Amino acid sequence: MSKKILEIKDLKREFQMGSETVRALKGISFDVDAGEFVTIMGSSGSGKTTLLNILGCLDKPSIGNYFLDGVDIKQLSRDELAQLRNHKIGFVFQAYNLLPRTTALENVELPLLYNKEISASERRERAIHALEAVKLADRLDHTPNQLSGGQQQRVAIARALVNEPVMILADEATGNLDSRTSYEIMALMQDLNSKDNKTIVFVTHEPDIASFSSRTIQLRDGIIQKDTQNQNKRSAKEVLEGLPVSDDY
Amino acid sequence: MSLINLIRIALKALQRNKLRAFLTMLGIIIGVGSVIAMVAIGQGSKQSIHDQLSNMGTNMITVQPASNLNGGVRIAGTSFQTLTAKDITALKANAQYITELSPSVSSKGQAINGALNWPTTMSGVSPEYLDIRKLSLRDGIAFTQNDVLTSAKVCLIGQTVIDNLFPNGENPIGKIIRFGHIPFQIIGVLSPKGFNAFGQDQDDILIAPYTTVQKRILASIYYSNIYASAANEGVTDAAVTEMTQVLRDSHRLRSFEDNDFTVRTQQELIATLSSTSGLLTVLLTVVAGISLVIGGIGIMNIMYVSVTERTKEIGLRMSIGARGKDILMQFLMEAVLISITGGIIGVLLGFVSTQIVTLTLGWPTIVSESSVVLSFVVCAVTGIFFGYYPAQKASRLDPIEALRYE
Repeated sequence: MSKKILEIKDLKREFQMGSETVRALKGISFDVDAGEFVTIMGSSGSGKTTLLNILGCLDKPSIGNYFLDGVDIKQLSRDELAQLRNHKIGFVFQAYNLLPRTTALENVELPLLYNKEISASERRERAIHALEAVKLADRLDHTPNQLSGGQQQRVAIARALVNEPVMILADEATGNLDSRTSYEIMALMQDLNSKDNKTIVFVTHEPDIASFSSRTIQLRDGIIQKDTQNQNKRSAKEVLEGLPVSDDY
Repeated sequence: MSLINLIRIALKALQRNKLRAFLTMLGIIIGVGSVIAMVAIGQGSKQSIHDQLSNMGTNMITVQPASNLNGGVRIAGTSFQTLTAKDITALKANAQYITELSPSVSSKGQAINGALNWPTTMSGVSPEYLDIRKLSLRDGIAFTQNDVLTSAKVCLIGQTVIDNLFPNGENPIGKIIRFGHIPFQIIGVLSPKGFNAFGQDQDDILIAPYTTVQKRILASIYYSNIYASAANEGVTDAAVTEMTQVLRDSHRLRSFEDNDFTVRTQQELIATLSSTSGLLTVLLTVVAGISLVIGGIGIMNIMYVSVTERTKEIGLRMSIGARGKDILMQFLMEAVLISITGGIIGVLLGFVSTQIVTLTLGWPTIVSESSVVLSFVVCAVTGIFFGYYPAQKASRLDPIEALRYE
């Protein structure tokens, strides 16, 4: 039996909006095992963003438990959560969130700057290694405005990988990209999942993207509507090869 | 997070926006530059006044006859005659704090060389007078104690008198001139001292042994002044007290009687003039200090804008593991780096502008280390003080909201 990376038990999250209580999550339970590629889907208002914030240790559940790699995040302080994010989670955002006027290498080094145990030389080495993993070894000194959207997102993925997290948490990571580049990113994600055995949780609202994952969790009105294993997972690489080449102009 | 990483992060953040960092620094640069330049100008003028007075002998003490009651009538000190050879003897015997002593008498009269003449003053003094007044000889020799004992008809001559009696540039040494009716041989030429702080020509003078002037010109046994020098500037006050007591004893004054003489020091003069230019320094420093504070407010302003503008960056940093403390330290470090870099440039600017003032306006300036150190410390404190609030605001942002901030 493989190791459980995420354990969510009867998780509820409520917000106080004036006198009203908004119940964004109304009791959710699921586990994610190491090496899984899970997509979380749902329309807006489904509680998707709230769940993402909790999964990313940016927020805590009101009721219920969330264990990340065996750690109960409810017990942790703000600073301990920051440390946990640094060590165990790699974020990939829709808008890439790279620092402007900063080279790809420095952007990737950024999480390691907040990790005391890593020396300057090791930091550089690991950042270069991460950029090689996303096939950007020749773009180390490029700043974000010298890179295409897909390349920027790959830098962001390298940044997520560099701290060797137990889970990559992607938030609409293909939302700003055209189909071809989206497939490229998904191919990279699938690669990381199958070859490096990375656990990936991918939040999206596109069913097309979800079809590349091994499991889909469908949220609706703060509860899990469906939790299905994807039997016929598509390969992004094959889809990419199937695309008409006439895109080039 | 280690300090090196912290500095690295802050430096990179500043590098991303060089122009804004520089503009923020500008307030500090001008503030520090003006503090240093202003203090340098203030100190310079203070020093030049001090030097000018030192030239007159800062440890010089002057005794003058004072006004006194004579049968109920107050008589002006200068016309009163109380200082005599007895006082000199008493001072020589009893005063410990004074090293040199010279009586002084003077006579106004006409100096004559052949067909040329010039109205001037002859001072009769002892050989020590040259040391006390910091006078030196350009040429020739000074008269000696022996000349004093024999009332020798020798004199030292000032430049102004030479210019008027020897207009053709001949060497005055050895020449005989007359002062009134008495012939004097010139044995030395005084180095020119120029005008003093009060506009008197210090070179319009003849100096002769006091016995000569007393016996051959004035026919008087009284001195118009006694000059003395204290062992050093520090014991001047003690020397004054001591001299006062010795002279009171010598004049047999009873305890209820006023002094019939006054003892003055240059210190009083120096103190008055120094306090005037000291006030100037304080004023300039306050003005410059205000500009430093304004520079600091500039930093705070920009840091606030910077925090708002970089909300998304702060959210990202938090999401990848920066703690509130890390964010706080980063922004604080940025503010401190701005203020310290501004401080360094400001110090350089201060030096340069001080040099320019000296070279173009000819004002004396002294860059004091204390003003450099002080403005530097103020800079760092300004950076921390005005950088803290914006940095704290940044550190308290909610990462979820910061990440979604547009």
